[in-house]
Amino acid sequence: MKSVAGLIAAVLLAAAAPARADVELTFYYPIAVGGPLTKVIDGYARQFEKENPGIKVNPIYAGNYDDARIKALAALKAGQSAPLSVLYSIDLYELIEQDVILPWDDVATSAEDKAWLKVFYPALMMNGIYKGKVYGIPYQRSTIVLYWNKDAFKEVGLDPEKPPANWNEMTQMATKLVKKDASGNVTRWGVMVPSTGYPYWMFQAFARQNGHDLMNKEGNRTNYAHPDVIAALDYWVSLGKKHKVMTEGTVEWGTLRQAFTEGKTAMMWHTTGNLTAVKDTAKFPFGVAMLPASKQRGSPTGGGNFYLFKKTTPEERKAALAFVKWMTTPERAADWSMATGYVATRPDAYETAKLKEYAKSFPQAVVARDQFKFATPELSTFQTGRVRKQLDDAIQASLTGQKTPAAALKAAQAEAERLLKPYR
Amino acid sequence: MKHVYGWLLLTPAAILLVGFTHYPAAMTLFDSFFSTGTVVRPSRFVGLDNYAALADDPIFWQVLGNNFWFALGTIPSAIALAMVMALWVNEKLPARALVRMAYFTPTVLPMIAVANIWLFFYTPQIGLLDQFNALFGVASHNWLGDPDTVLGAVMLMVVWKEAGFFMIFYLAALQSLPPELEEAAKIEGASRWYFFRRVTFPLLMPTTLFVLVNATINSFKLVDHLFILTKGGPDNASSLLLYYIYQVAFSFFDTAYASTLTVVLLALLAGLAVLQFLLIERRVHYR
Repeated sequence: MKSVAGLIAAVLLAAAAPARADVELTFYYPIAVGGPLTKVIDGYARQFEKENPGIKVNPIYAGNYDDARIKALAALKAGQSAPLSVLYSIDLYELIEQDVILPWDDVATSAEDKAWLKVFYPALMMNGIYKGKVYGIPYQRSTIVLYWNKDAFKEVGLDPEKPPANWNEMTQMATKLVKKDASGNVTRWGVMVPSTGYPYWMFQAFARQNGHDLMNKEGNRTNYAHPDVIAALDYWVSLGKKHKVMTEGTVEWGTLRQAFTEGKTAMMWHTTGNLTAVKDTAKFPFGVAMLPASKQRGSPTGGGNFYLFKKTTPEERKAALAFVKWMTTPERAADWSMATGYVATRPDAYETAKLKEYAKSFPQAVVARDQFKFATPELSTFQTGRVRKQLDDAIQASLTGQKTPAAALKAAQAEAERLLKPYR
Repeated sequence: MKHVYGWLLLTPAAILLVGFTHYPAAMTLFDSFFSTGTVVRPSRFVGLDNYAALADDPIFWQVLGNNFWFALGTIPSAIALAMVMALWVNEKLPARALVRMAYFTPTVLPMIAVANIWLFFYTPQIGLLDQFNALFGVASHNWLGDPDTVLGAVMLMVVWKEAGFFMIFYLAALQSLPPELEEAAKIEGASRWYFFRRVTFPLLMPTTLFVLVNATINSFKLVDHLFILTKGGPDNASSLLLYYIYQVAFSFFDTAYASTLTVVLLALLAGLAVLQFLLIERRVHYR
């Protein structure tokens, strides 16, 4: 009995003692509880607390990007404070419309802080800036790259060190790489581009390569029906329908990595977020390259940004700024990139000794960085969920042969137009 | 005084029911007459505008149609399969407990886990289904990527998942049937099929009604697998009403329209339940 009382007293004391001047920094983070990354983030939080007494960091792991956004907004509505959150970079317009976030410019007022806002890759800032102000600090960011199976290339007489540089080359190589068994069934496809989950994201790459972005900077206009954009979808559809180098119908995002590592497709387009997993499971040498070009190269960025919420005290804002600055130092960005496969968000991170060393032994890790020159922001507009789904449906309808790319994209554009008109 | 006592006993359950069922349902109905508010444009009364939008929404009609086929495809087959399995494991056969458990296993697994397993079953080439088909020289098929097969593929998984659960109810009902009936039928020389048709099946009717109501509700309520398997795609070919509601509410943030869809779903379910009880009640023989 005594020990229980003692324990209670100890707990009460422990709870009471540091509560005086502490700022508590709760933030929502879009990964599932117990995932491998929670350990990394927890480690960062503890280390930051040690170096910055008086600030308590309390990460809440909230599942995928959708779940994290729902939970963060629900907490906000319920009056709980979460001064900071990592949410989907493309939630920007939604969060602005709900009027819940603050630009970082409001708190980063010293000369040093202002300089900090400019250290990140411009490609990664594009999804975070609205009307000249920075709302999203890039953190957990990725992009699309081409993975290729060097053994398969060797087998059909292609140079295993030379990935396709443009669409024509990709089609030709893929045609060579298709392998059939005695009865004519395909046992290995040439190339696969996933079209479930995030079809719009993959399509942005095609469209950009063909010379076009799918939305404007203000997030109130889409460009789904431009002839070059339609041509881009025509090309994607032709890979399955005409050239027979990809399965017809949609390609599942979730199982494509296994199809690649099992050797069922010689090339795939996928997120850099898969790099570590492919490295761990592929039993053959594989390469990572920039996506092929049509008129130019191109790939959208994706992933999560740090947002600062409006409903915060000045102390919380200060603490949030300190924490995010700490999380994005070159050293930590390098560390984070190596631990996860996500890209390091600033150029000087790639100049750190450890990341240089890592890139030497695993050159695939820096392809994404080199591709930033050609990057375009991820599709994000006002009414983003609906506007994006119009495009998703159009892509899937085209790939499954329900509609022609031209008809599907024109219908999607008309609907997006209707949705976005009130925002101009 | 007696009244007070009765009400006090009812209160805890009533609070929970009102708080988590009736009040939200009423609020949903209420919300469906308003527009979705943002900070810039606050919510306002729009009357039946949301319902007009719903009537014009092609995706709504598509998912409603999908849901109809989904219900039609899963309910009768799951019930029939459950009945056959129950009759089978009710017999005296070796390792009966093991067979029963095997049939019940899918029910124990969480839907999300099941969907993740079946996702790989259906994957072209590396999937179990395609590898099995390859033994017979059947070409690989993109089961989940083809709008013609995706809904069927999803239905098959749901039947597999649900049948074991319904089997348990039938098994319980079969065990409670008096053995004299079967003995009497044997003496009279009735065939097994005749006995099943005229005795067992009618006596199982109360269970069938219960299972039918549950299966119907499940066919509208269970959408967990869609998050993993198809996300409603390709091009909404496998989307169901509740999944669409989720998308509207949490991806489009259109709470008013989501409320409208929810009202339709509630009305639909209530209507079905009433219909079932009225129609089938007459044919059910309770003892």
